[in-house]
Amino acid sequence: MSTSVKFNYTVDGEDFTRAGEASSNVKGKLKQMGVSPDVVRKVAIAMYEGEINMVVHAKGGNITVEVTPTEIIMTLKDVGPGIPDVEKAMQAGYSTANENIRSLGFGAGMGLPNMKKYSDELTIDTELGVGTTVVMKVHIS
Amino acid sequence: MTISEVKDFLEAKILCGEEHIGKDVHTACGSDMMSDVLAFVKDQSVLITGLNNPQVIRTAEMMDIICICFVRGKVPDEAIIEMAEDRGLVLMATDMRMFEACGILYEKGLRGGAKH
Repeated sequence: MSTSVKFNYTVDGEDFTRAGEASSNVKGKLKQMGVSPDVVRKVAIAMYEGEINMVVHAKGGNITVEVTPTEIIMTLKDVGPGIPDVEKAMQAGYSTANENIRSLGFGAGMGLPNMKKYSDELTIDTELGVGTTVVMKVHIS
Repeated sequence: MTISEVKDFLEAKILCGEEHIGKDVHTACGSDMMSDVLAFVKDQSVLITGLNNPQVIRTAEMMDIICICFVRGKVPDEAIIEMAEDRGLVLMATDMRMFEACGILYEKGLRGGAKH
C-alpha cells in the first residue's frame, strides 16, 4: 500500500438497527487490503463506538476513513448537541444516556473510554448546540 | 473447550452456525451491556448475553467473537439470526440465567481472559 485511500459514510441517526453498518463495511475493506487483524479490530471497535454515539446522541453524521501507508485516520463529524463536559465524558462509567439507550445495551459509560483505548490518538472538538468532531488515528506499524 | 461442549454444558439449542460447532473457544464474556463487551478483547470468545438486538451481532463481529449464547430463554428474530449466519457466527439459546450459565462454564474451565 503506497498510496492513501479514503472512504466516506453517512450515518443514519434514525435507525438504531443499522448503527454499525459503516464500521462493519470498513472492517471488511481493511481485511481485504491485508491490514493486520489487530489493527483492523482496533479500528473497528473505536469506529463502532463512535458510530453508536452518533446515532444515540447526535441523530447521525458523517464518517471519513483515510487509510495511509502508516496510519488509519477516522473523522466522525456530527451536528448534534455537543458534549458539555468532555473530561467527565472520558471517565469510564459516566453516561448521559437515557433508559431507552440502556435497554438497547449501550450507555454503560464506556463509549469514549473505549474509543481512547483502541485508538493511538484521539482528539475531540465539540461545541454546545453546534456539534462534535472526533478524530481517531490508529497506527499501522 | 469446543462450541459443541458449550452447547451441551448449557443445555442450549443451536439457532444457526451448526457447521462451526467444532471450533474451540478460549475465553468467555457475560454481559448485557455491549460497551462493556467492547472493552474486553480476546480471540475466539463466547459471548453470554440476555440482550437480543442486532447490535449484539455487530459487537460480536467487531470483536471477532465466534459464538453467542442467549440466556433466560430469549431467542432473537429471524433477521438477527440471518445477520449472524452471514458472519459465520454460532448462535445458541438456553433457558439458564446469566449467573448460572457463566458459573457452569467457569467450573468447566473457561476463563474471562483479557486484562488489556
